[in-house]
Amino acid sequence: MEGRVWKFGNDIDTDAIIPARYLNTSDPRELARHVMEDADPEFPQKVAPGDIIVALKNFGCGSSREHAPIAIKAAGISCVIASSFARIFYRNAINIGLPILECPEAAENIREGDKIRIDLKQGLIHDLTTGRTFSAVPFPPFMQEIMDKGGLINYVQWRLRKQQGSGT
Amino acid sequence: MTIAEKILARHAGKEHVRPNDLINARVDLVLGNDVTAPVAIKEFERIGVETVFDRDRIALVPDHFTPNKDIQSATQARIMREFARKHNITYYFEVGRMGIEHALLPEEGLVLPGEVIIGADSHTCTYGALGAFATGVGSTDMAAAMALGETWFKVPATIKVEFKGRLRPWVSGKDLILYLIGKIGVDGALYRSLEFTGEIIADLSMDSRLSMCNMAIEAGAKCGIIAPDEVTFEYVKKRAKREYEPVYADEDAEYEKVYTFNGSDIEPQVAFPHLPENTRGISEVGDIKIDQVVIGSCTNGRLEDLRTAASILKGKKVHRDVRLIIIPGTQEITRQALREGLLDIFLEADAVVSTPTCGPCLGGHMGILAEGERALSTTNRNFVGRMGHPRSEVYLSNPAVAAASAVAGKISSPEEVL
Repeated sequence: MEGRVWKFGNDIDTDAIIPARYLNTSDPRELARHVMEDADPEFPQKVAPGDIIVALKNFGCGSSREHAPIAIKAAGISCVIASSFARIFYRNAINIGLPILECPEAAENIREGDKIRIDLKQGLIHDLTTGRTFSAVPFPPFMQEIMDKGGLINYVQWRLRKQQGSGT
Repeated sequence: MTIAEKILARHAGKEHVRPNDLINARVDLVLGNDVTAPVAIKEFERIGVETVFDRDRIALVPDHFTPNKDIQSATQARIMREFARKHNITYYFEVGRMGIEHALLPEEGLVLPGEVIIGADSHTCTYGALGAFATGVGSTDMAAAMALGETWFKVPATIKVEFKGRLRPWVSGKDLILYLIGKIGVDGALYRSLEFTGEIIADLSMDSRLSMCNMAIEAGAKCGIIAPDEVTFEYVKKRAKREYEPVYADEDAEYEKVYTFNGSDIEPQVAFPHLPENTRGISEVGDIKIDQVVIGSCTNGRLEDLRTAASILKGKKVHRDVRLIIIPGTQEITRQALREGLLDIFLEADAVVSTPTCGPCLGGHMGILAEGERALSTTNRNFVGRMGHPRSEVYLSNPAVAAASAVAGKISSPEEVL
């Protein structure tokens, strides 16, 4: 995947990603209309499908609201790269199939507006604007499997089918 | 093994686990609320199983936007209600029986020492106060756990935090956790288990322990745990809805880090906007005028909190430029506050007393801030826009400082108004 970068700082919390005043719905399109609004009020208008968010440490801290990765995904963001993720956001992103990569070096060096190319399987991030390449922390195989199946629900369905198939 | 490691090992059917092991563990209770459960229910229905794994081990609490604040929230609450009816969920708490989830479930004896609890709410870590491994997850995790009765975990490394000495006046569990977050930062315990110990913890009431573990997430932690003791057993013995087995750390448990703090260094804390780590002692706050004070939430809406607030508000009036909103955590806490005359003290002081709701804590309803307004709140987060307009401000404190400040009209220590 390839896209344009929107850059954010440290500790972007889930209230900034999707403020609670919009949590009276769980409709992804409605949530996407307000994505990142309290971090950058114009973001929902500026963002285009395929764009990539790059942020510094502790991205997605705060609430467990899955509405946060849902809003990002529904806005067409293809991947989030950060120095580190808050743990519930990390889990939620994997569970709903929003690609994320943990890579402090990329997060620090990639700038707003850069064009980058991401090879998710290899965990490689190429900054096409500067010509630099970064390597992300690889996912453990178990999490990779959830992502390969398209999220946790598909994974659970597959597991249940496997159990039934083996007669247990 | 540490407490967290040992609880997880038992629930995974393993002799031993280490930090970073990926395990599947049985869960004793799965929790959701009116914001997170509707998303979970949609995902649960996609899985294609006919029933939940155990109707006695799911708790559904409409607390965030209830009593319903608008038509959309009413629709969300109805999705959860209809699911609870369809699956005959034992612990669905309707308005009138509900409370703020993390005040309610301990009170109902549904979270117990040695258990594994997951909840689609980040403050699920509150139950570590009872010696449980309890952690927040998202809605999809909740959906999968409702179907399977288990979930996957990466075993967290443990950071031990020891509080020595004695507490100074007006210092509570809330101040200990704010102080810690101020020292280690909002990601200072990222992915870790925090184990709280020391003389101060041993002397701490259950209400104070609950508010302390409640904010473990504000340091990025997966859970905050206090080893069960007499205070714990006294609390759970009248309430427990299940058998339970307390779990303690081994003598040779390995801690990634140990922090030691002394109670004499800790005064009441105030967290400045817009992160809980921006803490200062009350003596260093300066002159900060406020428009609103909120006393309540899953952090500080318990009886001890209301008693403390009442001890300061008794015979006084809220400052004419301040709105004081007091939200008891549960129906039972409300009734006990009524019996003790606390509600009367609040009303006499010109405070508003609300039915239990998360309401203003997350900028939902019942006390939203306008542009440029400033609140002091006993809640847990002061992010940008947390209580309303993106250009409003939230400061965090304990209930004593909140009550004193409501009287003074500016952030103040209890000594200044008594």
